[in-house]
Amino acid sequence: MSKPITPWQTVGPFFGVLLRHDRVVPAALEAPGPRIGIRGVVRDGAGAPVPDAMLEFWQPDATGHWAHPDDPRKPADGFGGYSRGATDAEGCFSLDTIRPGETPGPDGTTQAAHLLVGLFARGLFTRLVTRIYLGDGPGLEADPVLRRVPAGRRATLIATSDGDGVYVHDLCLQGPMETVFFDV
Amino acid sequence: MFTYRRPDPATLPPNNHPPYRSTALRHPREPLVVVPQTLSELTGPVYEHQAPGPLDHDLTRQHPGTPLGERIVVAGRVLDDSERPVSDTVVEIWQANAAGRYAHYSDTHDAPVDPNFSGAGRVRTDGAGWFRFVTIKPGAYPWHNHENAWRPAHIHFSVFGPSFLTRLVTQMYFPGDPLLAFDPIFKAVPDAGARQRLVAGFDLELTEPGLALGYRFDIVLRGPHATPMEA
Ligand SMILES: [Fe+2]
Repeated sequence: MSKPITPWQTVGPFFGVLLRHDRVVPAALEAPGPRIGIRGVVRDGAGAPVPDAMLEFWQPDATGHWAHPDDPRKPADGFGGYSRGATDAEGCFSLDTIRPGETPGPDGTTQAAHLLVGLFARGLFTRLVTRIYLGDGPGLEADPVLRRVPAGRRATLIATSDGDGVYVHDLCLQGPMETVFFDV
Repeated sequence: MFTYRRPDPATLPPNNHPPYRSTALRHPREPLVVVPQTLSELTGPVYEHQAPGPLDHDLTRQHPGTPLGERIVVAGRVLDDSERPVSDTVVEIWQANAAGRYAHYSDTHDAPVDPNFSGAGRVRTDGAGWFRFVTIKPGAYPWHNHENAWRPAHIHFSVFGPSFLTRLVTQMYFPGDPLLAFDPIFKAVPDAGARQRLVAGFDLELTEPGLALGYRFDIVLRGPHATPMEA
């Protein structure tokens, strides 16, 4: 019998108090690999921008190695893989990082290049977990997680290439283009 | 390989919770898609935090002057769901000042800002999972959820743990607060026992004589299990 976990509560509107004095070192831009940017807007069920969302990103390095003791393959020197930030007054977020590599999936499969996203906001009790896949990358059809997603909703997980290493990807909490969120 | 057990739904507040008005347009209506736990989720940010600064744990000493309010110690252990200590993990807090006002531009509550109180702290747990903060007891504050709505005094907590799946953001409350009975955020936790785990215990042992009252707040994160994945 395991001990019950501590319940979640909303991050509320004032997490900026914490982020203002952040001690997180953003995913190292000096690590080798193509540099990319991901830009988007977080929207609510009325299509209105969400100006008080906190986003966390977790990704492997350009060769798909994770900066974590449970990945025996070492990541590139100085590579971290985690970053976080808040949406601005227009609900926009922006991430500058290096392109994540393909990484191992369950049962010998390969996962297409992706970042994990944790989304927190006032009005959300728990973190919502989603992924951002890069739309011009290989292996999307065979990706073991995408294959679990109803075909008609997969597009909500795939960022569109805007050229020059910039990708566009909105996150919709609700509505006709509601982003796929995971139970994991 | 191990996996992380999914939390008991009785501990999870539903994202669609009409008494908390802001959930209406912000909760996903589609069911969450169940996916396997891969290397992506079983890893997580354990190296990205700089060592907390020497005064990051003491919110009463981060400015030249002393903040107003009742000094308190908040300490506890971070454990996983098998009661193993989660050591060397980052615990962050943020909170309002003694008057119930956040040091944040978007807080418009008509209560005084305290120039000696930023209201943010962080520490790493020790080998037995212990953390300890010195701070000021936050004040209750009004919000616009419903007529005459007040948030009970609370401290926001953010904990990482060893993987992406162990992340937890929650709020710690104070024992005996009459506002808990009226708070739709606290009351959204379905199970009464689970709700009580958000309320710190007064702990005379943690009290610093002549300085600060002590409160105990233990935190339990999802833990790894060597069992096959649930269906
Ligand atoms: Fe708060």
